[in-house]
Amino acid sequence: MVPEASPDSYYGRPIIKPPTWKTPDVPLYLFLGGLAGASAVLAEGAAVTGRPDLERVARVAASAGAGLGTVALIHDLHRPERFLNMLRVLKPTSPLSVGSWILAPFSGLSAAAAASDLTGRLPRLGRAAGMGATALGPALATYTAALLANTAVPAWHDAHRELPFVFAGSGATAAGGLACMFTPTDQAGPARRMLAAGALVELAASERLTSRLGMVGEPYREGRPGRLMKAARVLTAVGGTAALLAGGRSRTVSTVAGAACVAASVLTRFGIFEAGMASARDPKYTVEPQRERLRARAAQAASTMAG
Amino acid sequence: MAECHPVGFQWVMEAKRKGATIIHVDPRFTRTSVVADLHVPLRAGTDIAFLGGLVHHVLENDLDFREYVVHYTNAAAIVGEDFRDTEDLDGLFSGYDPEKQQYDPTSWQYENAPQSPAAGERDPGQPAGPAASQEPEEHESARSEQTGSGGPTVQAKPERDETLQHPRCVFQILKRHFARYTPQLVAEVCGVPEEDFLRVAKALTENSGRERTSAFCYAVGWTHHSTGVQIIRTASILQTLLGNIGRPGGGILALRGHASIQGSTDIPTLFNILPGYIPMPHAAQHRSLEEFVAEDAGSTGFWGNMDAYTVSLLKAWWGDSATADNEFRFDYLPRLTGHHGTYDTVVNQIEGRSPGYLVVGENPAVGSANGKMQRLGLANLEWLVVRDLTMIETATFWKDGPEIESGELRTEDIGTEVFFLPAASHVEKKGSFTNTQRMLQWRHQAVQPPGDARSDLQFYFELGRRIRAKLAGSTDEMDRPLLDLTWDYPTEGPLDEPDAEAVLREINGWDDSGDALSSYTQLATDGSTACGCWIYCGVYADETNQAARRTPHWEQSLVAPEWGWVWPANRRILYNRASADPDGKPWSERKKYVWWDAEQEKWVGEDVPDFVADRAPDHVPEEGATGPDALGGRDPFIMQTDGKAWLYVPTGLADGPLPTFYEPVESPVRNAAHRPQRNPALEDVAEPANPINPTESRVFPYVFTSYRLTEHHTAGGMSRTLPYLSELQPEMFVEVSPRLAEERGLEHAGWATIVTSRSAIEARVMVTARMRSLRLGEQWVEHVGLPYHWGANGLVTGDSVNDLVGIALDPNVHIQDKVGTCDIRPGRRPRGPALLDLVEDYRRRSGAHPAEEDDA
Amino acid sequence: MSSSLSGPLHDVAGDAGHEDHPPRMGFFTDTSVCIGCKACEVACKEWNLVPEDGLSLSGMSYDNTQALGASTWRHVAFVEQPTGRASRTDLGMPGIGPPGGAEPPAGPGQETDSGEGGVRWLMSSDVCKHCTHAACLDVCPTGSLFRTEFGTVVVQEDICNGCGYCVPACPYGVIDIRPGDGRAFKCTLCYDRIGEGMTPACAQACPTESIQYGELDELRERAGRRLGELQEQGVDGARLYGADPDDGVGGDGAFFLLLDEPEVYGLPPDPVVTTRDLGSMWRHVGAAALGLVGVGVASFIGRRR
Repeated sequence: MVPEASPDSYYGRPIIKPPTWKTPDVPLYLFLGGLAGASAVLAEGAAVTGRPDLERVARVAASAGAGLGTVALIHDLHRPERFLNMLRVLKPTSPLSVGSWILAPFSGLSAAAAASDLTGRLPRLGRAAGMGATALGPALATYTAALLANTAVPAWHDAHRELPFVFAGSGATAAGGLACMFTPTDQAGPARRMLAAGALVELAASERLTSRLGMVGEPYREGRPGRLMKAARVLTAVGGTAALLAGGRSRTVSTVAGAACVAASVLTRFGIFEAGMASARDPKYTVEPQRERLRARAAQAASTMAG
Repeated sequence: MAECHPVGFQWVMEAKRKGATIIHVDPRFTRTSVVADLHVPLRAGTDIAFLGGLVHHVLENDLDFREYVVHYTNAAAIVGEDFRDTEDLDGLFSGYDPEKQQYDPTSWQYENAPQSPAAGERDPGQPAGPAASQEPEEHESARSEQTGSGGPTVQAKPERDETLQHPRCVFQILKRHFARYTPQLVAEVCGVPEEDFLRVAKALTENSGRERTSAFCYAVGWTHHSTGVQIIRTASILQTLLGNIGRPGGGILALRGHASIQGSTDIPTLFNILPGYIPMPHAAQHRSLEEFVAEDAGSTGFWGNMDAYTVSLLKAWWGDSATADNEFRFDYLPRLTGHHGTYDTVVNQIEGRSPGYLVVGENPAVGSANGKMQRLGLANLEWLVVRDLTMIETATFWKDGPEIESGELRTEDIGTEVFFLPAASHVEKKGSFTNTQRMLQWRHQAVQPPGDARSDLQFYFELGRRIRAKLAGSTDEMDRPLLDLTWDYPTEGPLDEPDAEAVLREINGWDDSGDALSSYTQLATDGSTACGCWIYCGVYADETNQAARRTPHWEQSLVAPEWGWVWPANRRILYNRASADPDGKPWSERKKYVWWDAEQEKWVGEDVPDFVADRAPDHVPEEGATGPDALGGRDPFIMQTDGKAWLYVPTGLADGPLPTFYEPVESPVRNAAHRPQRNPALEDVAEPANPINPTESRVFPYVFTSYRLTEHHTAGGMSRTLPYLSELQPEMFVEVSPRLAEERGLEHAGWATIVTSRSAIEARVMVTARMRSLRLGEQWVEHVGLPYHWGANGLVTGDSVNDLVGIALDPNVHIQDKVGTCDIRPGRRPRGPALLDLVEDYRRRSGAHPAEEDDA
Repeated sequence: MSSSLSGPLHDVAGDAGHEDHPPRMGFFTDTSVCIGCKACEVACKEWNLVPEDGLSLSGMSYDNTQALGASTWRHVAFVEQPTGRASRTDLGMPGIGPPGGAEPPAGPGQETDSGEGGVRWLMSSDVCKHCTHAACLDVCPTGSLFRTEFGTVVVQEDICNGCGYCVPACPYGVIDIRPGDGRAFKCTLCYDRIGEGMTPACAQACPTESIQYGELDELRERAGRRLGELQEQGVDGARLYGADPDDGVGGDGAFFLLLDEPEVYGLPPDPVVTTRDLGSMWRHVGAAALGLVGVGVASFIGRRR
């Protein structure tokens, strides 16, 4: 029979359109942006504190992350030949526009800094470029939270307060983790600490996110995105703890813990991305909170009248 | 109406906005039901019972508009003593011949009707006529189209009893005839609960009378029945009793099947009439013009001028060659020798008597009943010309028709030579459309037709030119009608297109100095005027294409006379003298339309008065007057010979002077109203490919009804080929009620096979509460709803519903039932010869068989 | 780009930088008179050269279009609802003129009862809402989406690079990327027609004036009157949708009269433009970025190892 009219949806169809963003392009970009941005910070710290090995690894990570991220981003466009249109305007209302204006200079600066570091040429300019990239790094690592949140996708939008911290933490965890993997332990202390601090921030922010969102947070807990998030949490916790406790003593532990954290960061981004997709596909995540809002407003209006 | 005429439906919505009540009576809940105030589902094909119930309600409760009825209808006329009603003869009228399945209408006449020697001449097949027996090969019927706007002829005004008390007056006969159509009978036959029926009756009667009028709109849901003419007759009786004819807001509106169907009967594509409803002369009866016009020349009313209309038509066609000496070339007109309707033609094709076929703007392989018969006919031709916009199934039946798939026909055995000629669409040519309100609206050409596509006008003009060129110099008398034709339209444009306005001007007509006429009253019998279609005379008045007028309605009066042009005489409502009372005053201020202005001594009002302009309401015609002179001041129905609306039809119908409910040819139930199950005057079509399902068959327990969807156009040639329409309804589907789905195990969106004794088709299933299960007493009746737009060609394809439909015809207009009985089962239909086995199995189990070859 | 991100906004075109602009134009879609003919869908496609959008039977009543999208800018929804017989009212006659004291007519809603247990068939022609605060426009990184002088929202096809950001930003699920083309498309409110003083194709084709085009202020008044009429006639469930400038998107340029809850038609009950929370988002991003700097700094404090 023609499905009876549902009070909740039109034949069970989604109300909003799930994003057309491709996977793995976009979740990967989220990860790479976070990695690159936090790595730039790590590199500058290493430069200031005289840790050349750490600096080199971090510089390369920042540059490669930005470069690969740019590739992923362009690949995600349905008209990639028009990528440059991203720089036609600068719109604070569009995190993607702001992000493009961060990513483009960051890519150039981080690449220049890495090239200078690797070749030893133009050290001053390289250093200046590195400082520039560092200034942009934290923004690159976190603006992507606004990119997701500034949509009608319930699981993303409603998480707009926590997502930036999840992304910042996840970026730091990844940058620290990657540096741990490729840096001698004697220079990797800050990387381990960044990894651990990032893990703490990420875990705390994730916890708060899922607990605050209630019903809309379901996709973060259930199904495939829920499993991804859970795996990420475990890896983050284990990697962070191991790195902090034993990373300074064992290169192996440091490498494995670092790898776990990089993987955790990747999983977090895929988990968040897929949770958003799931919340967009099921109309209940759109309808129920809105209805709740209307009920609350009506109740408030009624009590105001009564009062 | 919303479903099939959404554009016209805007006016219904406008009326609703102004407070009108919309009632929708239809087996299905459609897009019309959505905005109606009341939807009344009834069993398909039971309309006479439903409408008869309303007539009964009006008569039983004295709710008729008595003053209107007494003065403007034949309610007071006295019918002859020989007449016997269905009440007297167990469901039959007097004059029935069971052998021939025909009526002799002699006994239906008014009392003392003169035994005119001309009676029946118009229709030589009519058994009443002395000549009937001379035409044994013709199965008889009164051809009601033939009498068209004139109505059949009654030689003198009947005796009247205006107290309506005489037991043989029409009013009393009507009362007795409809007495059994009680609300209980309506419930029993139609499946409409008494309560719902009475709501309709109340709404209709309360909204009729002096202050109010109600309108009926119908389409093929009424016409496509073996009792179709009588269904519309019942509505006419009802509307006449209620005083809803000839008045603003009233009427019975026929919604046409597609653009300009009205135009194609005005300037006909029918075999039995000439332009303007002038009957086609019969070979045996009309040897001379004098004989042809004699009957009408002697009659009263405006049809009495038929001679002038005919002579002017002959002048338009044969010009200078048509003179009084040669009877204006009357002998050049083709003559009827029998029936040449669509289904007769198909039978003739199958039986090898009709070798050539021109199919223009029609897709009979999909769009006509019993698709198999259509295609067997096509396969048995020498040549076939198909003119259409796209490659329709009628042009490709020989390679991909269902009979090729089933193995009944083999391409290599089909000798038909098929010519496909691409046609120009309506935007690629100019011309007029005539809509159901008789309104001509001019279309301008938007673009040139693509490739070899040409307009029909150009095709026929060119065909005529070439044939005439081949015949040039011929001395054979037989070729004179073609060679003497006026065939000289000016051409224009890059494609040498004949000028459509020149054709329109010829239709309008001109006088002997060549100036365009302005009214049909100017037409003469002496050959001084030429007119291609008398009812269209005036469309080119003042040498101006009046059909092209487009003054918006907000810039003119309520009647909007300057939008297009309406025949006759740009008159928007026919018989509008009836909008005033017998004294010529409006019935009410609210319904004021046309009235008598005593000071000016003429009829005035919003519309062009449909009456002799200066005939006073108290005028009494002289004894023996003929033509318009015979009309009294209180005779609004000026085309009828007696000037009155006919509640009772003493002549002109083949199946009775009053409507009587008979079941559709195929029905799951017994006729609860009368003993005869089917229309006793039914025309059977005896063909092996046309078996008929038995009544109350358990093998075919369901009623099928076919219909259209808004998204598609008729047989699909103009919509299945277009992506924007195809995507809206991409697949053939069948609509069933949840109850039926359960009974037969049908799954929503799954497949089902629908079987009749003609064929089986498959469709996707739509299980919907919009399809109603109707309760008739203890019995449930289920409808199987079938949109009929699909065929083998186009962007979206599917089986054709018309393959299921059998043919048994209404005897007046030769149309088949759009309803029948069927079975429905889950799953797709068998392919190849297995399909034939399935149908054969059903035939055997049900005992379905073709009608016997009858004596006629 | 709008300088105002949410709340009522009287001069939407002016806010977007248009000086001396015409009044804001929009659609009022009165679903109580929609007959589901889909002429709007076809007229839209014909005029805007929108390609065919799939040839499959959906099983969703007569709706084979299914949703708005890149290749469907008008979408007629069909909702079948069973109804009881209880709701039937006596058929009143129109109240004008003589048979005096007549009852008011039955509600002209789409509720019609029939037989045992009726059915109600709701139809509604959906379209881009041309929001006062249009998320699609706000999030568009290229400036391809812009606010016209009529206050409508239009995609510039020569600029769109198919980033897809507008797609999840729309709270109504209107705009989408066209597969095979890669750019985003949606209703333009026939920008090319209204600029010439013509009516948009869908409204022009609508036979029952279910789709009305005009100055938004005037349409809102008209809609208010129509709602009053229906409520007076006792049509249950009639309500305006998108007409309130105080709603989450600042009111829609294309708004509706519905006969049931918006969700039944696939519309969000209380949509909010995502950019209403933009300030909060950027503040949290800023804080998180600073936090990341802090994490970086902290990582280098302490033992040198």
